[in-house]
Amino acid sequence: MPLNVTALVVFVLFFALVTFVGFASVHWRKGDMDLLHEWGLAGGKFGTLITWFLLGGDIYTAYTFIAVPALAFGAGAIAFFAVPYTIIIYPFIFVVFPRLWSVARARGYITAADFVRGRYGDRWLALAIALTGILATMPYIALQLIGLEVVIAAMGVQLQGFLVYLPLIISFAILAAFDYFSGLRAPAAIAIIKDLMIYITVFAAVIFIPAQLGGWSTIFAAVPQERLLLADDLGGYSGYATLFLGSAMALFLYPHSVTGVLSASNRHVIRRNAALLPAYSFLLGLIALLGYMAYASNVQNNPAYASGFQQFRNNFAVPALILEVFPDWFVGFAFAAIGIGALVPAAIMSIAAANLFTRNIYREFINPNCAPRVESQMAKSTSLVVKVGALLFIILLPQEYAINMQLLGGIWIIQTFPTIIFGLYTRWLDPKALLVGWAAGMVLGTWMGASIGFRPIYPLEIFGMTLPGYIAIYAVLVNFALSVGLSAVFNATAKSRADETMPGDYAAEGSGVGGMGH
Amino acid sequence: MAGGRHGRKSRRQHVWHWTYWLLIAVCVGTFCVPFYNRIEPTLFGFPFFYWFQLAWIFVSMVVTAYAYYATEQSDKTR
Repeated sequence: MPLNVTALVVFVLFFALVTFVGFASVHWRKGDMDLLHEWGLAGGKFGTLITWFLLGGDIYTAYTFIAVPALAFGAGAIAFFAVPYTIIIYPFIFVVFPRLWSVARARGYITAADFVRGRYGDRWLALAIALTGILATMPYIALQLIGLEVVIAAMGVQLQGFLVYLPLIISFAILAAFDYFSGLRAPAAIAIIKDLMIYITVFAAVIFIPAQLGGWSTIFAAVPQERLLLADDLGGYSGYATLFLGSAMALFLYPHSVTGVLSASNRHVIRRNAALLPAYSFLLGLIALLGYMAYASNVQNNPAYASGFQQFRNNFAVPALILEVFPDWFVGFAFAAIGIGALVPAAIMSIAAANLFTRNIYREFINPNCAPRVESQMAKSTSLVVKVGALLFIILLPQEYAINMQLLGGIWIIQTFPTIIFGLYTRWLDPKALLVGWAAGMVLGTWMGASIGFRPIYPLEIFGMTLPGYIAIYAVLVNFALSVGLSAVFNATAKSRADETMPGDYAAEGSGVGGMGH
Repeated sequence: MAGGRHGRKSRRQHVWHWTYWLLIAVCVGTFCVPFYNRIEPTLFGFPFFYWFQLAWIFVSMVVTAYAYYATEQSDKTR
């Protein structure tokens, strides 16, 4: 591909803008950056609108924008699982997550593992939850880099030798710097710009491209007809339903989602956002259809994009579509939206992983009496280490590793569901039983994933028939069964009663930043 | 700890509210995969499979918003 100078200039200008905003955001609702809850949760002061942008920027990532249409492009209807997935998540958030926010505010928790530590009084269970969070997040950050890599390559930036990764390294260095100084305020401020750019890009695409191609019916007619619907059998249905159910159960257990929720200024902000965030679900549905538009515009047979498809496979579908239909300046704008879309979640994810490491490993096991300033400094340094780790992941290992690891990440993070979500309602479950269930789910899920070559749907042989389903669901069912069964046994002998939370904590309104002092 | 006593009082209100049944109905709708896995009827060129799921997003927004106002209201009147 030839170097697209106009697009590159626009791209760089927008990157410069967000870099400036990232650094300037340290002054926004100014707080003491020597306190972890100020750096890592922005003081927990975000209102409805900022939380909407932050969570939207956080969970609808650059990789989502590339991978979901790529799936539609290559496989068809199954890609639309992203829509029911994000439909069922919000009623769940509405009912459950205000409880997590309340107990966290009442007790000064900044991570989900903090809550587990307090609720069950078991540091090993809390460690398991923290490690799962970090492990699931790392490949997710690495995947954001793939999103960035694809759009940079699509602008024709072809460097040789070790310089190949220079654009990625520069982007991540910028990200690391403003993250270090401004903490969660930086991605929150940038998320506003990024989300507006994504909305403009997608609406431009769904208005202009169908008009160019001859209407929606032409687009759907261009897709091979057997891909337009799911396979009309039990397997097709169970695969689809378990995939969106499992993805929904996993989404808000990810550390970066928890960080987004806990930075809200009160529990009503979360409930209001549960009604407002589906706007992004609609956007995601339209984005999935970009895959069909790419197919209909025949980019796969255009020799101009052959090298891109060869390097990035179906992940090149959306960049190719954008190059095909838009003028150069808008190509730069759209690619900047995706590129910045990589920075926002990567920033929040590394902050969330740093919070987990600092609170639940460093302070719990290494330096229990550290001063607040030391704790905050530790988190800042950890966020740098996490980013360098993700960068090395992409540079040193084949892309497949990051994609496979992220698939496993979803299977792993769902194993924290019984501990965290059931824990918000009951203390009946025994921490040791939960630990055994967690370990069994982790091992079983990893084994199932590896045994079928890292695909999400496992053909389970049960009662003499084959029931294809999302591995995360199968693994977490085993986890549930063990957690509940063993709890019944353990509770009958010696019930563990350690629990520092009070029933009222789960509905507490919080009082400004009152509970966050420590 | 300003939250203490007040928190205990409001606990009962937050445990279950009848609007939560509506939220469950929204979720159940998404699981009727065999129902919406069809081409006809199409709308603006969209096969049913696609427009139904997109439309269901708006249903979920309306229901969640309604549940929000209903629960906030019953918090105030109690």
